[in-house]
Amino acid sequence: MLVLRKFLRDIPAVLGAVIVLGVVLLAIFGPWIAPYPEDAAASHLLRRLRPPSAAFPFGTDNLGRDILSRVILGARGALKVSLAVVGAAMAIGVPLGLVAGYGRGILSEAIMRVTDVFLALPQLILALALAQLLGPSVESAMLALALTYWPFFTRIVHTETQRLRNALFVDALQGIGASTPRILFLHILPNILSPIIVRATIGLGFTILVAAVLGFLGMGATPPDPDWGLAVAQSRSYLPNAWWFATFPGLAILVAVLGFNLLGDGLRDLVDPRLRRSR
Amino acid sequence: MAGFVLRRVLLVLPSLLGLLIVCFLLIRMVPADPAVALAGDNATPAQIEAIRRSYGLDQPIHVQFLRYLEGVARLDFGQSQFSSRPVAEDIAQRLPATLELTMAALLISVGLGVPLGVLAAVNHNRWPDFVLRVVSVAGVAIAAFWLAIMLQMLFAMQLGWLPLRGQLSAGLTPPPGPTGFLLLDSLLVGRFDLFADALRHLVLPAVTLSLGGLATITRFTRAGVLDTLQKDFVFYERASGYAPRRLVWIYVLRNSVAATVTQIGLLFGGLIAGAVVVESIYDWPGIGSYTVQAILTADSKVMLAVTLLVGLIYAVVNILTDVAHALIDPRLRDRA
Repeated sequence: MLVLRKFLRDIPAVLGAVIVLGVVLLAIFGPWIAPYPEDAAASHLLRRLRPPSAAFPFGTDNLGRDILSRVILGARGALKVSLAVVGAAMAIGVPLGLVAGYGRGILSEAIMRVTDVFLALPQLILALALAQLLGPSVESAMLALALTYWPFFTRIVHTETQRLRNALFVDALQGIGASTPRILFLHILPNILSPIIVRATIGLGFTILVAAVLGFLGMGATPPDPDWGLAVAQSRSYLPNAWWFATFPGLAILVAVLGFNLLGDGLRDLVDPRLRRSR
Repeated sequence: MAGFVLRRVLLVLPSLLGLLIVCFLLIRMVPADPAVALAGDNATPAQIEAIRRSYGLDQPIHVQFLRYLEGVARLDFGQSQFSSRPVAEDIAQRLPATLELTMAALLISVGLGVPLGVLAAVNHNRWPDFVLRVVSVAGVAIAAFWLAIMLQMLFAMQLGWLPLRGQLSAGLTPPPGPTGFLLLDSLLVGRFDLFADALRHLVLPAVTLSLGGLATITRFTRAGVLDTLQKDFVFYERASGYAPRRLVWIYVLRNSVAATVTQIGLLFGGLIAGAVVVESIYDWPGIGSYTVQAILTADSKVMLAVTLLVGLIYAVVNILTDVAHALIDPRLRDRA
C-alpha cells in the first residue's frame, strides 16, 4: 500500500499508467468503440480528405475513411506487434542472461560476446535489412525486431544474476542439492523480475515506435491495415492541405509511446531504491 | 596511457570481427540462392551456373567469407547495384553531409539540453521539473519521421520560412572545397551566399535529429545536478553566501557533467542511426538516405558496408569515451 501511495504521488507515472490503460482498452474494445469500424478496410471515395468535423473528428483520409476510427483500430495492431516482439525478445534474452550470469565458463563468456556484437549492430538498420530480406510484412517486421531486441534483456539479466550468484540463499540451495535450472528459474528469476519488467515496459513503447518506422518505410504493415506509421506515409502526397491526415496518426504514436515510457520510468523509480534519491 | 589505448583497441577487434560474421551470414543466408536472384527470371541453368562461378558463390561459405574479409581490408566493398559505383566511393562522398548533420544535431542537443537539465534540477518536484520531465520523455517518444513531416508542413509549406528538402537550393552548385563539408567549404572559398543557403537547409533536419539527444542530455544533466546539490560542499558554499546562480551554473554544474559526457559519446552513434530516417525524409544526400535506398532495392553490399561503418563508428566512439574518462580519472587507466 505504501508502494501504491508513493506511485500515485508521481504525477507523470500516473499519467503514463492512464495512457497505457487507455491503449489496452482501445486494443481490446476498438471495434466496438470506433464510430466507423468498417473503415478498417472499406473505402468511400465520395468523402475523400474531409477536414475534421463533428461527423469525422479527425477528418477522413485519401480513401474517405474516418481517421479517428483508424487511429482507434490501429491500437490493436501496435500493441500486438510490441507484445509479441518484447515477449519473444524476453524468451530469448532472459534464459541466455541467466545462464551467462550464473556460469563462469566458456559458454557464459561466449554468450556475452555474441550479445555485445548484437548490441553494437545498428538496430534500426538491421531490422530494416532483415524485414526487406524476409519480404515486407508485419510478421517479418516482428521477427526482425525480436532478433534485434533480445540482447537488451540478456544484458540486464546477466548483470543481476551475477550479483545474486554468491547470495546466501543460492549457497544454501546449492548445499541442499538443488539443480541448476531449479535455482535459476525458481529462485533467481523471481528475484530479478523488477528490472526485467521495467525494461519490458520501456521496450513496449520503443517497439511501437520502431514498428511505426518500419511501417512508414513500407517494411511493416501493408495496406489496408489501419497502421499508424503507414498512415503517416500515405498522407505525404496530400500535404500540406490534408494536415489532419498526417497529424492524428502520428499523435497516436507519440501518446502511446509516451505512456509506456512514463510508466516505465515511474516503475523504475519505484523498484530501484538506488535511483530514488536523485529523482 | 598509450598501453591503455592499445588495450582498448585490441578489445574492440573481436567484436568487430563478430559484427562482420553476423552481417555476412545474415545477408548471404537469407535469400536462398543469390545466384538465382542475380540471374533474373528467365535465366537458364547454365547461366546461373556461370554467375555462381564468376561471383565465387560455388566456393564453401568460409572461403567466401575470407574473400570478403580480404576485400574489406582493402576498403573494397564491391559495387552498389543502384548507383553502379563502388560502395566505398559512394560512402566517402556522402559521409561529410551526414557528419555535418549529426554534428549540428549534437550541438543543439548539448547546447539546449544542459541548461534545461539544470533548470529542472533546481526546480526539483515543482512544475518546471514536471513539465521538463514529460517533455524529455516525449522527446524520446516522438517518431522522428512524423516530427519531420510536421516541421516541413509548418515551416516549409505553410510559412515558407525554411526550405523543404535537400542540402542546397536548386541551381546552386557545391563549392569545389577541399574538405567535402558544405558549410566549411563555402566559408573557405568565401561564398557566404552558399553558406547561408546551406545553413537554412540544415535547420529542420538538425532540429528533427536533435530531439532524442536533447531529451537524453536533459535527463542526465538533471540527475547529475540533483546528485551534486546534495553534496556537502554545496551546503558549505551556500552557507558562506555564494550567489546561488553562480554556485549552480559554475560549481555544481562542473561537478555534475561526468555522466552527461558519457551520454554525448553514446549519442553520437544513435544520431548516425537516426539519420537514416531523417535524411530520407529531407532528401539529405548523406549515408542515411543512401542506406534507405539500399534497403528498398535489397542492395546487400551497401547494407553490409553501412552496417559495418556504423558498427565501426560505435566502436571508435566507445574507445574515445573510455580514453576521455581515463584522462579525467587516472585511476581508471590500470583497469580493463
